[in-house]
Formats: sequence, structure tokens, C-alpha cells
Amino acid sequence: MKKSIYSMCGMCTVRCHIRAEVEDNRVTWMEGNQHILGGALCARGAAGIALRDDTERPQGPLIREGARGEGKWRQVSWNEALDHVAGKLGEIKEKYGPQSIVVSSRGGPWQGLYKTFVHAIGSPNYTNHDNTCGRNTHHASLSVNGVARKGLQYDYKNARHLVLFGRNLFAALLLTETRAVMEMLQKGGRLTYVDVRVTETSSKATRFFHVRPGTDYALALAMVHQVIRENAYDAEFVDKYVKDFSALCTFIEPYTPAWAAGECGIDEDSIINFVREINEDRPRVIFHPGWNLSRYNDSFYASRMLHILNGLMGNVEMEGGLFFPKGPGDCGVKSIRTVDCRKPDIERADGCGTTYPQFEKGPGLAHLLFPAMKTGKPYPVKAWMAMRHDPFTCMPDPQQQKEYFDNCDLLVSIDTHYSEFGWYSDVILPESMFLERDNHIIVQKGLKPRLAVRRKVVEPRFDTKAAWDIFRQLAVRMGVEEYFPYETIEEFWNWQLEPTGYTMADFEEKGFIELADKPVFYDRGELEGRFKTPSGKIEVISQVLEEAGLPSLKPYQSPAPPPKGKFRLVYGRVAVHTHSHTQNNPLLHQMMDENNLWIHTDEAKKLGISDGDMVEVAAANGYSGRLRAFVTDFIHPEAVFTVHGFGRQVPRQTRTHERGVSDQRLMAGLLDVWDQAGGAISLCESFVTVRAAQ
Amino acid sequence: MSTYYVSHDVSRCIGCRACEAHCKVKNDTPAGSNYCKIMTVGPRLSRGIPRFDFVYMACFHCEKPWCVDACPTGAMQRRDKDGIVFVNDDLCVGCKACITACPWGVPQWNGATGKVGKCDLCMDRIDQGLAPACVSKCVTDALTFTTAEQASESRRQQFAESLLSKQDQQG
Repeated sequence: MKKSIYSMCGMCTVRCHIRAEVEDNRVTWMEGNQHILGGALCARGAAGIALRDDTERPQGPLIREGARGEGKWRQVSWNEALDHVAGKLGEIKEKYGPQSIVVSSRGGPWQGLYKTFVHAIGSPNYTNHDNTCGRNTHHASLSVNGVARKGLQYDYKNARHLVLFGRNLFAALLLTETRAVMEMLQKGGRLTYVDVRVTETSSKATRFFHVRPGTDYALALAMVHQVIRENAYDAEFVDKYVKDFSALCTFIEPYTPAWAAGECGIDEDSIINFVREINEDRPRVIFHPGWNLSRYNDSFYASRMLHILNGLMGNVEMEGGLFFPKGPGDCGVKSIRTVDCRKPDIERADGCGTTYPQFEKGPGLAHLLFPAMKTGKPYPVKAWMAMRHDPFTCMPDPQQQKEYFDNCDLLVSIDTHYSEFGWYSDVILPESMFLERDNHIIVQKGLKPRLAVRRKVVEPRFDTKAAWDIFRQLAVRMGVEEYFPYETIEEFWNWQLEPTGYTMADFEEKGFIELADKPVFYDRGELEGRFKTPSGKIEVISQVLEEAGLPSLKPYQSPAPPPKGKFRLVYGRVAVHTHSHTQNNPLLHQMMDENNLWIHTDEAKKLGISDGDMVEVAAANGYSGRLRAFVTDFIHPEAVFTVHGFGRQVPRQTRTHERGVSDQRLMAGLLDVWDQAGGAISLCESFVTVRAAQ
Repeated sequence: MSTYYVSHDVSRCIGCRACEAHCKVKNDTPAGSNYCKIMTVGPRLSRGIPRFDFVYMACFHCEKPWCVDACPTGAMQRRDKDGIVFVNDDLCVGCKACITACPWGVPQWNGATGKVGKCDLCMDRIDQGLAPACVSKCVTDALTFTTAEQASESRRQQFAESLLSKQDQQG
């Protein structure tokens, strides 16, 4: 019999709302939820069905037989695998203390489950992938606005001007965002885009600043300079809500458009004209503060300037600007229950919040756990469970990471597919892919907040389980099941919904529960205190930074040009793959089976390389790989670019094994190159050589 | 030309190739066989900004289809009621005459079945009052399932509105 089921996609971490049609336990149609997306679904979402059909994924729990990475596995029952993991965790807890256990994840709305588990067994060391993603932007937001990176959202649709620094949103495809920005453009809105190369997004821009790599901060400084000089800011808003404006004015004085033009390799006039446009368009101007801004050693400071520019526009809590995301409480509804356990009162092994007071304790910083593995200080780190997180592709230099991880007694991967880390680990606990699993209920904050839930669409094809079940079963074995007060997902859902007055039946009509009929805005005249800084305002000078001995306003330092004969390696993404997760997907592999290397026409000519030629790209750590050249005028001559996620090493992924080149393996030494104030790894601070392949 | 027309608004298209993916899933086509495809041109400079151009290529469903004339077995057919050009699998012998005949490279070879396949505008969906897969799930609503007459009308309307809104801004 044919069924129609609302659920949530899981091909990337956007988690778009979907509707699936099912017949005989097979998905026959999948589309975006009509109520939110009008049916829209990207190529990655389309490939969900291919992921279910794929046999080249773990088909049951696996325990390693040979040496790490050797690829010898024994498929076991869930009972044996869970007993094995819980047994090992117990031994490690006994010998080194519970704090030597780390759980890492990709983050996201369900991470409370994994965090609860690690806290319940007595460790403060929950971490996530954010050190290679949004951590600089997050810390920048905390320092300026006092709220998390996602503590302010953007009403793109009604904006007049959107400014993006390297945020390639037409390839990232957060579909509600993609569609809202397209509507803005169709209504005549302007899009200014900054990058070292042409992208899907720059191609739709009304203005493109094609900058020298590593000079984002220079351009942001000049924008602030010119906005202040031309009085292109909301003086009333600044007076009311921005603290230390005069310090900003003094600091910004030398950073003129003429100076930035030289630094970035762009026209002085284009900066001046840009600010005139901004002045026409404000306050409906959005400076996106960056997402994956873990790129250069001053990306944190660039992000701070972008947050400050929003303050200068006076665009907060209004249509076409920024807004504080609203939750159930703002709609007069009691929120759902969710699993939780207080973080144990033990210093984090990565030093976040103690050795590094400038970094939020929250998920800490994954790369700062490596020194503890090596030195045993402040205490040993002996177990790492990676939940849907692949340290070997997220972080640079997996060769060096292996040396650190070899100090651990237990490495576990919980994932739907073989990750590079999973292949090296001791145990793989296969999670059911998204069409085959339920997840617990989440709150999606926004102007119109809602409750959302992922529903199982088809039964698991292999011997896999959902995360809610895996973590509960581990908790039972570790004697902490009281933190997981359910046995079935239905009990979990009902327990979550009880305070709200809603039932699961309320999800049937649209696939989600809408908590407000129309957008909820706070009073724009009463925003003080909404910014959770010490003063309750947008702060130019941050007490946290100053106390940590770091400048709030950092003088610009010009990035060194590449050493002779080398190029700066920059990376990015595409619309048909999700980071490093989907290269072996039968459908997406067909659509893009390997990456190429973008190189500027003039540089290619010097090296005797023509478009489409095979080239060899090599790093200082000895890793090299071959791929095809894409020769173009539209990448900065100092840089070469490749798409992240290729060059995979898992032999069981036969389609993608060793296809293309791994950017993170080329990032020699970058585990030790990270932003001292923002915390994220600086992923674009490595240099490679390129030559025509023999 | 069939009664129907898939219009492609290039100003909305971001080249994300979702249409290709949905088409492949719907029609279960093997690698290398694409009933619809986004052809990317560029990047090249256009008024000072490097641009990619995207062209949606499926089947034009011609009024006098070369492929139907070329087919020796009657497998390639044109549906009387709405002009959709489609392949009757049972009759296709894999001679590829249609591939030779089509000026736009529309018929696609399926190595697994030894037959030709092509865009039939998702006939089964159209017959249920639905739009083709590529249109139904287009990420930015760049594709519209319409008729030639409606497409013309809507383009004229769009142009008129943009003209007036420019005058408003200037005035």
C-alpha cells in the first residue's frame, strides 16, 4: 500500500523538511515539504534513495580484527558490539578516570543526546567539528553581540542588499536560505560577494570583489572606515546600542579604501561605490558574518568587523535585517522536554575556558585535545567516540592525527557510512541512514518557530540502529540509564511533548508544528539586554578578549605571499556533494566523480599546463596527488583551489576509493595553525607546489 | 511541439543540477544517460562580473520529430493527444538511428538494457495532473511546466512589470 510520510532529509546537515512516498518498503518519491519549500529538493537530497540502496556501507556492527586501518573486520551482533564498547569504556574509566573519554559529533539539533551520554558517564569532554567550521564566527558573535553564532538570524527575503564574504550559499544549499536570497534578487535586491575565485554565488552577484587570498579583514576594515566617513550608518541606533563607537572611529582611521584597494588588489572606487549603495539600501542591509570562516589567521577579526557592520547598519530586529530567533516561550507555548545532564565540574582536556579563557567551554576545540593525548596533560585522553564526525576529513593532516590517536585505547565511529576515521577505528556502530530512522523532536527557532521531527520512512535494510537507541543502550550498560527516560521512540516523543499540550498527531497535517501564525518581532526600541554582553549592547571592545591579553581591535597584518614556486591552497564545496560524506554515493558519484585543481591562466602558462591537463600537487609533508587542471582567469594567481572531500582511502568504497585528491592531506602542519582569538584551525594557511604530471 | 513546454528562467537558475538528479532517480537511468541536463557555459566576463551561464536541455518534443521518422521499428512515438515524444521499450531494438537523427543529442543510450531512453515529460505524472520531476523539485523555481502560449504570456507580463518597476525607481 502506498503511504505518504513527512520527515527530514539527512543527506547534509541542513536537514530540510521532506515528504516521501513509500510502497512495499521502498521510497518511490521524495520531495521538499510543500508547506516550507514548495517541493524543492537538491541533488544531494535526491540521492537519499541511492544511499539506502548502496551496499557499500557498514551492514552491521564491526569490530576490528587486524591492525588499525588494515581493514580486517568481524561483523558482530549489536549486543556483542555494545558490550565490547561499554566494557572498554569501563576499563578506561577505571584506569584513567571518566574524563579521559571524548565524544565528538558533527553538532546539530540532536547533539544533546550524545552530550548527555558523555556528561552522564562523568566526562566534560564533548566536542564537535566546529573548530573547522563556524567557531571563529561564533566566538566573534559572542564577543560583539554576546549571543551565539546562531543567536541572530537573517531575513534575506526582505533585504535590499546582502554582503557575503566567501559564503558560497548557492552551492551550500540551505534551501530556505537559497530560496529567500533568490526572491531578494528577483525583487531587485543587491548581492555583493567577496572571494578569491568565481563561484555559483558570485555569478549571481551585482558586485564581486575578487580579492587576494587572506585579505578579507582588510576589505572589512575599509568598509567600516568608509561607512563611518560617509556617515552611512544609523547614528541613532549606534548611539543607543553600540558601545565604544569612538574607539572604533579612532582605530579605523588608517584603513582607507585606497589602502585596502592596494592590499586586496581591487579598485578603490568600487569600495567607495559599494558604500554609497549600502547607504541607499540601509537599514535593510545584511552583512553575513561568515560560516566556514576557519580560513585565515585573522578570520576571527574579519568576522568581528562584519558583526560590527551590522550594528552600524542598525538592522537588528526588523524585516530585511537581523532578528533574534524566537522559541516556544515567545509564542506562549511551553517548550518540549529534552534529555540533559549537567557537565561534570572538571577542567576540559583542551583547556577551553581555563588555559584559554577566550574560548567558550561548550564543545571546546577538537584539535586542542591532541596535545593531551600526546603529553597526558592536564590528564590522559584515552577514548574517542566519533558520532557522525570524521576527524580525518574535517581536520588537516590525518597522517599526523593518526600519531595522536594511536595513544588512545579505544576509537569508535558511529556513522551511516565508512568514514576515514571509522576505517581506522576499533569499532564501527552503524547508524541507520536517515530514511531508516526516527529522531527525537527538536525546536526550530526563527521568526515563526516550529517543532520538527524526523520520522522513519522505511525499515532499515541492514543491521543498523538509530542514535536514540544506540546511546540509550550504551547508557544502560554504563549504569546511567536514568538520563535516557524511554525505551521506545514513541515513549521518548510523548515524554518530550507532554508539557506542550501537543501530541504526535499534530505533526500529521504539515510534518511540523507551527507555533506562530505570523512573524514574531521584539520591540526595536527595547533591545537593550537582548545582546548578552556585559553592557547589554553591541560591544566594540570585548572584556573577555582584553582579559585574555588579546586585542579587541587588531591592527591589520598583510598575509605573506606564497613562497616562490608555491600556491596557497584554498578549498570549497559544490552543490552535488556534502563535504566528505557522499563521494561514494552511487548517484552523486555519477554526477561528480573526482575533483580538479583551479589555477590561474598566467600561472598555468608558466608551468606549461593547459586546461584539462593532469597535474601533480604536492605538500611539504610528502603527500602528493594527481588531478586535472581547470585553467581560468577567475581565480587569484596566488591560489589554487580544489573541492573538499575527495582522495578517499576506504577500499570498501570501490567507486570513490583513491579518486581525486584529498585537500586535508595536503594541509601539512595545519593542526598547529589556529586562530589564537577565534579558536578555529586556519585551513587556508598552507602552500603547495604544482607541476605538469609526467 | 507538444502542448507542453518546460520554461527555464536563467536568472533564477544556480546550476545546482537538482533537476538532473531528480530525473535520474525518477527514470532510473544509468551513468552517462541524462534525460535532462544543465549545460554550463563559462565562467566568462559579462559587464565586468564573471558569470556562469546555465542552459537546461531535455527534449523539445518536436512537432515533426526527426527521431520518430528515423526509427525503423515504431518504438519512438509521438503521443496523439498532447504530442509527447516517447519510447516504447518493447519495440526498441537499440539501433541508435534516433540518436543519429536528433539534432540536439536528446535520445540517451542505456548500456544496461541495450535500448534508448529519453525525456517523456514524466507522462505518468502528467496524466495524474502533476508536473515532471525536474520541475516539481527545482530548488529555485527556475523551471516551470507550462504551455508555449502561457510561457509567452508570462514572459511578456514579467517584462512589463520590470519595465514599470524600473520607472518607479527612477521616478
